[in-house]
Amino acid sequence: MTSLSSFRNVSIIAHIDHGKSTLADRFLEMTGAVAARDMRAQYLDSMDLERERGITIKAQNVRLSWRDHVVNLIDTPGHVDFGYEVSRSLAACEGVILLVDASQGIEAQTLANCYLALEHDLAIVAALNKIDLPAAEPERIAGEIEQVLGIPAAEILSISAKTGEGVPELLDAVIDRVPAPEGNESAALQALIFDSSYDSYRGVISAVRIVNGVLGSGDRLRFVQTGNVHVAEEIGVRLPDPTPVGRLGPGEVGYLIAGIKDVGEARVGETVTQAARPAEALAGYREPKPMVFCGLYPVDGDEFAALREALEKLRLNDSSFTYEPETSGALGFGFRCGFLGLLHMEIVRERLEREYGLSLVATAPNVEYHVRSPDGRSTVVDNPSAMPSPNEVESIEEPYTTVTVLTPTEYVGALMELAQSRRGEMRKMEYLSEERVELVYDLPLAEIVTDFFDQLKSRTRGYASLDYEPSGHRPSDLAKVDVLLNGVPVDAFSAIVHRDRAYDYGRRMTEKLRELIPRQMFDVPIQAAISGRIIARETVKARRKDVLAKCYGGDVSRKRKLLERQKEGKKRMKQIGRVEVPQEAFVAALRLGE
Amino acid sequence: MAGMVVGDPPSGPGPVLARHGGLGASARRRSPEPSPPAEPFGVYVHIPFCASRCGYCDFATWTDRGHQVEAYVDACVRDVDRLRRSGAARPATSVFFGGGTPSLLPASSLLRILDSIERVPGCEVTVECNPDSVDAPKLGEYRAGGVTRISLGVQSMAPHVLAYLERTHDPANVERAVAWARAVGFEHLNLDLIYGTPGETVDDWRATLERAVALGPDHVSAYALTVEPGTPLGRRVAAGSVPGPDDDDQADRYEIADDVLTGAGFAWYEISNWARPGGECRHNLLYWTGGEYLPVGCAAHGHRAGRRSWNVRNPDRYVAALEGGRSPEAGSEVLDPQARAEEAFALALRTAGGAPLPDSGAEPAALLAGLERDGFVRLGGGRVRLTRRGRLMATDVTARLLAAGVADPGPVADAEPVALRLGRGGRPG
Repeated sequence: MTSLSSFRNVSIIAHIDHGKSTLADRFLEMTGAVAARDMRAQYLDSMDLERERGITIKAQNVRLSWRDHVVNLIDTPGHVDFGYEVSRSLAACEGVILLVDASQGIEAQTLANCYLALEHDLAIVAALNKIDLPAAEPERIAGEIEQVLGIPAAEILSISAKTGEGVPELLDAVIDRVPAPEGNESAALQALIFDSSYDSYRGVISAVRIVNGVLGSGDRLRFVQTGNVHVAEEIGVRLPDPTPVGRLGPGEVGYLIAGIKDVGEARVGETVTQAARPAEALAGYREPKPMVFCGLYPVDGDEFAALREALEKLRLNDSSFTYEPETSGALGFGFRCGFLGLLHMEIVRERLEREYGLSLVATAPNVEYHVRSPDGRSTVVDNPSAMPSPNEVESIEEPYTTVTVLTPTEYVGALMELAQSRRGEMRKMEYLSEERVELVYDLPLAEIVTDFFDQLKSRTRGYASLDYEPSGHRPSDLAKVDVLLNGVPVDAFSAIVHRDRAYDYGRRMTEKLRELIPRQMFDVPIQAAISGRIIARETVKARRKDVLAKCYGGDVSRKRKLLERQKEGKKRMKQIGRVEVPQEAFVAALRLGE
Repeated sequence: MAGMVVGDPPSGPGPVLARHGGLGASARRRSPEPSPPAEPFGVYVHIPFCASRCGYCDFATWTDRGHQVEAYVDACVRDVDRLRRSGAARPATSVFFGGGTPSLLPASSLLRILDSIERVPGCEVTVECNPDSVDAPKLGEYRAGGVTRISLGVQSMAPHVLAYLERTHDPANVERAVAWARAVGFEHLNLDLIYGTPGETVDDWRATLERAVALGPDHVSAYALTVEPGTPLGRRVAAGSVPGPDDDDQADRYEIADDVLTGAGFAWYEISNWARPGGECRHNLLYWTGGEYLPVGCAAHGHRAGRRSWNVRNPDRYVAALEGGRSPEAGSEVLDPQARAEEAFALALRTAGGAPLPDSGAEPAALLAGLERDGFVRLGGGRVRLTRRGRLMATDVTARLLAAGVADPGPVADAEPVALRLGRGGRPG
């Protein structure tokens, strides 16, 4: 048994592309955890999606040996949507490695995660990466870090995760500067679950940090939040291959398999105690709370059952999204799904399509509104088509966020313009150095979930970075815009938008649909309306000619086949009132909106 | 000519067999009195030769086969004999020479084929002619040889439209050809017109119609220019070098045609066809009423009792098959009762007589009521007929009705025959 003083538990905080996975690869090599011949790039990123996007979705943890110490490297999800998961990972650590690209400088999410680490009183070991590149400006970037985080520039290491230069020194600094964990071995067990994933053979595998007490193989455990009792079938550490151990003591990090079939039973933030000797829950647990919603529909209506099955399976692995069946006149049967954020939504959708072979269409993302009725009742609306009619609405509140943007100074004007056009209110503007500025805005979440991030990237040529955190609901002047086809509302296109933007939305949608909806046997008005008042209108002119001019002896067979195809086509049309629309037109309209 | 022996029929008693024997010879054989209606039966003869190829045409035509015309004619005659001996043929009530350009054949060659075909008295015999490949003697020979009807490929009276369509004739040819046809005694004259050609103005179209009517035909076919893939025009449109026809524009022109022609005493009787009373083309009605017809010539199609067949497309292969004593049939299909019923419905709905309605069925009834309310069809007498608006949307309306099961096999009567009268107009006047 190693004594507490030889443990170091650290996370790496880094922006996408700043080299976290490469640094982890070097750690594995240099500490001898993985033999050189077994090494592959991004060793710890297990999903294809992660390797392709260069982001970490599911955290992987590994136990390393360095200078007679045990270093538990605790991976964190690399995106703003997973802020809560990041906070739980940090709660399992005593220190972090802040890894910053020596030519790019610190980015908004990295900064936000550093503030989070500081809140947890974690030691920060800062390192500038990619110093082997010609564009590296270590002095300038070190100065920036000193300015924003108060870390003396002299203490900031310079490394190249690619070549390995400075990496041993970084490991040394972790041993020297990060405190050893503290914990009481004789106290009742308190173990923090900071990650859970689902394995089809073993069930749920949870990453745990022992805070107090001892977790032993075969122990009967009580999960404090769910109240359920499970038996520790296997506990172990990752070297990085899972290696069973008999016990895990205070300060240790390992994995726990307890015959659980659903990650919702072993949520991030859960506290594991002994059934025979329960202890208090650890602080900081939060239920996952979806913030962004959309409808997910199979493009082919026959795939509804397959979609349901895929959602059920995926949820075993990710308990932070929600889904419930809904029906759309335009899109048929599907599910209303809730996500932690936009990226989370994209990831879930992409995994459904990729891992389950489904072809899906998503309605425009929306947020959760608090609607107060004249009699004072308050309801939560996460689907525009469920918004009550205006006479039943006294006020509507929408979720706001505090948005932090770090940007090169030259783009400040463009960003202010963008934030202003999205109803942003500036809270703070601070120069981090002569070249970089931090902007903080209050901004409705609904504006972020449309195309804010894309706009931010395109207006700053990719140089600005964004972080946001929820800051509660606020009343807003919102309106539900309906889109009507020949007078019949098309639910998939209803949207809740700020009154100032309603006309713009209505015009865009009606124009788009006019192009996509095939001409019918009669004129079809396409209207956008707010509570029955038309704010935009387009017309699909009636089709006047659909006839084969010639039909003689030799044409008969050909014409009959054409008619048979048309007849089958008629059966596949979606009927919105009297208007026939191929589902592809709705799908295209929604995709255009992305 | 040794090959001729193969197809030579045994002569013997049987229905009247018109034989070409010089001017007036076959007319002599034809009864001047009205005959009792015969069961309609057609023969389509495809003549694949053209002097030049038009850019919009996707028919089976060849422009370089002048040398094999007689071998082709021999093969057709042999084919007719073969069909008769096989029992497939009945005395024809109509014969149609289509192409290609049948009028490119020497009159005697064309008549040699016609003479081989067993016909009832008063049989309608149509020959498609190019205005610049006929002359008075040729038309005279046709007339004397038993041809009753001339169909002229006029297309347009606007020279720039004819040039665009790569037609070789001009409006003056047309007027001359019509005058000759009249002079030799043809009563039945069809003018084929095309509208919606890129560059054609509404005025061009109206003038074409008015000049066509002034020429005194008893039948006009007006077709929307259809861009077929694989044709030179199709390739130009696909490449974007010329605009494709515009549907709305073509709809306007169809309505103009209908106005001008009905105003001049023509009655509409099929999507693209108008006739003066008695001028309807009997042979084409056969196609639209599910009638039977034999295929003669390469690429020709036939229909018998729900079996549709077609001949090899290439004239060389057609000739080779017949010279080798083989059937020139390239393929066939037999329709199941559902497909047959749907086809019959779709074809009948294209005609003025409309299509018969099923006795019951809630879905078709609701759909029909809606279509009538919207002005696409008229219902009455147990039939559904297209309005002018409905004619322009015939494909959509038909597909809708079929999808609603309106033609599902059941107690459905045959399509109502339109002007299927025989025994008139077969005599030189």
